[in-house]
Amino acid sequence: MTERAAELAEQAAARILADLGGSRRGVVVDSPPGAGKSTLVVRAAAALADAGEPVMVIAQTNEQVDDLTDRLAAARPQLALGRLAAGDYAPPDRVTRHPRVRLSTRLADLSGCPVVLSTAHKWATVRAEAAWPWAIVDEAYQMRSDLLLRVAGLFQRALFVGDPGQLDPFSVVQTERWTGLSWDPMQSAVAVLLRHNPDLPVHVLPVSWRLPASAAPVVSEAFYPFTGFAAATGPGERRVAFATASFGDHAVDRALETAAAHGWALYELPARHAVRTDAEAAAACADLAARLLQRGAVCHSERSPAGDPVTAGRVAVGTAHRDQAAAVRAALADRGVTGVTADTANRLQGREFDVVIVLHPLSGRRDATAFHLEAGRLCVLTTRHRHACLVVARAGIPELLDAHPSAEPVHLNVPVRFPDGWEANQAMLAHLSQWKVRAP
Amino acid sequence: MNGTEARLARIRGRALAKTHNARTIAALASNPGCARRAIMDAAGVDKPRIAAHVGFPAPFGQSRFALARGNAFEAQVKAEGAAQLLTLLRERLNLPIPQAHYDDLAEVGGNPSLDLRHARTKALLARAVTSPGEAGTMFDHPLLRLAVGGRHAFLEPDLIAFQLRGRFHIVEVKSFAVIDGQADGDKVAAAAIQSAVYVLALRDALAEQHVPPEAVSHETILVCPKDFSNQPVATTLDVRKQLTVLRRQLARIARIDDLLDLLPDGLTFDLDPGGDGVPRRSPADLAAAIRQVEAAYVPECLSTCEMCYFCRDEARGCTAALGRAAREELGGVEHVATVLRLAGGAETPGVPGGTVAPGTARTPVTPDLAEAAELLRRAARLRAEASRAGAPRREAG
Amino acid sequence: MSTLTSLARAVAVATGTAQRTCTVRHVHVSARPLVFVPLALAGEAVAPLAAIVGDQPQAPALLVVAEPRDRDQRFAFAADLAAVVLRYIDGYLAEQEPTPGREPATRYADAPQLLVPNQAGITFTRLLGRSTRFRRTEGPYAVPPSVPLLGRWLTFFTERAESPSSSLMLAATDVLAAHWATGQSPVEDRNLGALLGWIDPPPGMSGAQAAAAAEDPVRCPPAGPATDPTFDNEVLDQRMLAVRAARLSGDGRAFQRAAAALTAALATQLEPTWALMWRAVALLRALPEGAHVAARWDGDKDAFTWHARHVADGGPPQPRRDGAVAAARRLASLERLHEMVAAQRAFDDPLVMAEHRLAGEAFAGRVVAAEPDRVVGAGARRVLRPRITVETGDVPPAEPGGTFTSPARPGQQARVVAVTAAGGRTRVVLELRGGMGRSLTPPPGSMPALGEFVSYAAFGDGWQPPPAFPAPEDTPWTHGGPPARYAPDDDDAREDWS
Repeated sequence: MTERAAELAEQAAARILADLGGSRRGVVVDSPPGAGKSTLVVRAAAALADAGEPVMVIAQTNEQVDDLTDRLAAARPQLALGRLAAGDYAPPDRVTRHPRVRLSTRLADLSGCPVVLSTAHKWATVRAEAAWPWAIVDEAYQMRSDLLLRVAGLFQRALFVGDPGQLDPFSVVQTERWTGLSWDPMQSAVAVLLRHNPDLPVHVLPVSWRLPASAAPVVSEAFYPFTGFAAATGPGERRVAFATASFGDHAVDRALETAAAHGWALYELPARHAVRTDAEAAAACADLAARLLQRGAVCHSERSPAGDPVTAGRVAVGTAHRDQAAAVRAALADRGVTGVTADTANRLQGREFDVVIVLHPLSGRRDATAFHLEAGRLCVLTTRHRHACLVVARAGIPELLDAHPSAEPVHLNVPVRFPDGWEANQAMLAHLSQWKVRAP
Repeated sequence: MNGTEARLARIRGRALAKTHNARTIAALASNPGCARRAIMDAAGVDKPRIAAHVGFPAPFGQSRFALARGNAFEAQVKAEGAAQLLTLLRERLNLPIPQAHYDDLAEVGGNPSLDLRHARTKALLARAVTSPGEAGTMFDHPLLRLAVGGRHAFLEPDLIAFQLRGRFHIVEVKSFAVIDGQADGDKVAAAAIQSAVYVLALRDALAEQHVPPEAVSHETILVCPKDFSNQPVATTLDVRKQLTVLRRQLARIARIDDLLDLLPDGLTFDLDPGGDGVPRRSPADLAAAIRQVEAAYVPECLSTCEMCYFCRDEARGCTAALGRAAREELGGVEHVATVLRLAGGAETPGVPGGTVAPGTARTPVTPDLAEAAELLRRAARLRAEASRAGAPRREAG
Repeated sequence: MSTLTSLARAVAVATGTAQRTCTVRHVHVSARPLVFVPLALAGEAVAPLAAIVGDQPQAPALLVVAEPRDRDQRFAFAADLAAVVLRYIDGYLAEQEPTPGREPATRYADAPQLLVPNQAGITFTRLLGRSTRFRRTEGPYAVPPSVPLLGRWLTFFTERAESPSSSLMLAATDVLAAHWATGQSPVEDRNLGALLGWIDPPPGMSGAQAAAAAEDPVRCPPAGPATDPTFDNEVLDQRMLAVRAARLSGDGRAFQRAAAALTAALATQLEPTWALMWRAVALLRALPEGAHVAARWDGDKDAFTWHARHVADGGPPQPRRDGAVAAARRLASLERLHEMVAAQRAFDDPLVMAEHRLAGEAFAGRVVAAEPDRVVGAGARRVLRPRITVETGDVPPAEPGGTFTSPARPGQQARVVAVTAAGGRTRVVLELRGGMGRSLTPPPGSMPALGEFVSYAAFGDGWQPPPAFPAPEDTPWTHGGPPARYAPDDDDAREDWS
């Protein structure tokens, strides 16, 4: 399975790199979760640098820039890389350990570097004399189009890479003033780019290296209905096993075993309307994480057939709201568990773990709002894992979805976005119901 | 009449079932969780009349100026073989120049029944698919039919356009303005879902002739006045999402038995009108009957359902009446009195001590409510403290 | 909305009157606002039917259009409205004040303020501005010059209304609902009569009863611009027909009688709302003004000055839609202002700060320990970095490292050094910098003292510089390239009416 997948991925990458050598002004790459986006960015940057074309790399956060710098430096140790940063930036080890990476807050200091990397916000403050022939924009679907407007003058041509299925950019401002305009500043960078340049080639990376065979089909159908993708590994290649057996017939253990066997589990708490920081739900998430570590979980993969222990650093709990994440962190601390990440979907974007526990955004709610139904949110939460994903939810979500009114305003000249949040939630829940374990 | 229909008829009483139109079918999606609405809509009861009889007449009315304007605009757009419309559609759908047929399906001669008109519509549309010479035709006053629950609703879209590549497009003419490319989002939403109703109905009609559903495009055309004039402007509407919502709601109506099973036998909303048409049923009795079916009142009902004032009155003292967001902010607690009791009663500023609503006095603070209580207590404390503090004084330096 | 506001609604339900959600007023209320209540003909985009307008409660102007669909009458209405509005605005062009240290050196000493009943009134005004500001004053479809000028001013007001920091144009329902919580839903709060019924019920009636009475369109006509459909069908239609018939018949006296009857009918729909508007103004004036309101009003004066000079210099009318750069610039500005206003409101008002405390974005408590003389660094680089420990019952900040600001000392930054639980409450250790002068001992009062009650928020009311944008002629290819130059054309001036 992995060989065929590698072939497909290589063919896609070759087509993309070929387009870079062509005459198109821009190239767009849709990358589903774990499809090798960063690898592609590094390859493309290296290819352009090899061809003598100076490249500017634009990512959205410092962490993303550092990751790309680290990986590019590892791939091309002799290439001089410029890491442009703001004044309050403190470089991490993975950047400073590369001798040929030059750090500065001023572009002038990096003038000899064939590749310069920085965040979009920093690039937007730069005034360059000449435009770069090439830019690579990472996480372009998560970038808002007004930020693209501020940096687009710095480059002539660009490669845009991102995941259309994840969270959209947003603003605290609520207005319909620009709705329907092709340059609506609240839309994503790629959406606006393609509205003005509809003939640009759009490639799709066909394989997810992260998601196991148990996850790729359902995620692909629910969140990427028109393009789809496949898992790199086949059934059984990613497994979780436990060092100790369960004692008693505890729901927590049954849920862990279900997840180990099938890649998914739905840990269902009794139906009840609860406050957002539902203590029982936070406790359930913490219980699952604690028990997973306690039982000495080991994950087997194509990279490591003999198995690697699942450490706390490879486990995460994902929530919709910050206060829910805080409640989970408190619950973990109460159980003496340290090192497990508990954070919101927004902050988990781009990250990867072996086992992920998700507090379902609709759990305990009376009504669904657009925020909680947003497909991108559920997509991020259910695509962080390499081996297994357990969803904690109170019963009653199907009824909530069923009663949801469809009263959203409709605006002219706004392309309809798929997947629909309601449909995506429905599909995921239907899938998860097969692996339901009821908590007492 | 099958069992379900019989039960619905009993609920309706002797009155004739209100016929559905595109607008009322579209309104089915507005509060699917309300059993009262679902039962009343399924049974086809005359909601405005019932609401009036129990003392809560519906707040909706239509100004004749708006009606006149709507009719005038539609007539203008369709005048002279739909000349203005043709120009617009030519640009939008690449209809062949120089002409497209214009077929008025209302002309059947005599006074035909709805069934007859519907049959003729189906026949003509099906023929259009198969014979190439019919390409580029506009069909005016088509009559379609859609199964809603156990009954058929007859629907009349404004126009159906048929274009070269063998696809049908629903065309809806509305008189709200499109100004600088923008229109009122709620009005467009209503137009979109009504168009989707017609798309479904047309697909059904053609399915009988084994025409695939893709023959009816999910892109409908909305024709509105442009800016401040009477010149029409056409915009395409992609109604795929509205189609899924509709199918879902229609499937729900088909499951009305689940709700009917919960109701007492013999329940009826019959007004029992006398010979002179005046209802003889006592309003109190009717109100009691209505209350047998649970409602899910939210303030959004005020703009979508004729029973809204009755249900709002019933919901007094419930947090739902304050809005979905408020109810959530108050920890999901159902009654205002419970909220105040949990928040701390006498400590809450402005609340006279000992105010307790009947029925909530002894609600124990169960584990369910404990978290909400904690939240509300904190909120009440903060509010009391801040109210006492007043505006802060600035320190020098 | 927040739990505090919702709790206030619950209290309102129980007590029968609206509850204050703010201790101060967060908008400017002019000494002489222009109150404008328009009515529009149902079914049209913006066909004015009538309006009542004036800058004091007595003797307003009542404008009526007998044939709202008639183009000439529509523009006659616009000209009449322009006379009132432009005269009002002129009153503010008389006096200027210096603006030390800024460009330009002077601005108008005060600015006009336009008040409408509700959001729909703002939308109507925006559309009225749009339908008039492009009209030509010569040629086949000429209008009097005051009409496009009115359009530009109305558009200016409605654009300012979109900014969270502006008080140049306000909707009464929005402002009242921002300061009081009623015992009904936000949907019902959009009805000005019902909202005022809760806030200020007549003696002998509860808020709920007053609101219910206000929902009856016969007792309390809708605040507009939409008219009551029953009024349209049973009164308005006949009176308009009578005017039309009288005009066609040529009978002057009959025409005058019919016109007076129409005006009287429309007056019954406008005068009650007029009274409600001035009640709203009085209620708002009675609230003490928040500390930052004057500074925000200064911003409005700047905007007013800019627009007045732009018009006087012959600048073009506002474009129909924003170009790519203008849109991005405006979004950035709205976001900065949103943050600034949210922080200022919290700093001005303990009830607003309380909402942030409940949400975990702020905390308050007493100073239980202080090290006022703490100094870090060595030799010449020694700096004053006092520390205080605040004990709070609020949700503490999540982790150390965040920067907080106190409303009492907004120029001072506080960094969270440690957070420890202490018997059900929390102790937060903060390190302070700024606002204490240059010496190594803090002057008295420049930092919180032992025992002082303090509050800290995770946001500051400071000003952020605006980001840089390319010029419109440098709009990049990603956003469609530079836009075509605006050239006024005949379409702007011409239109067909029904």
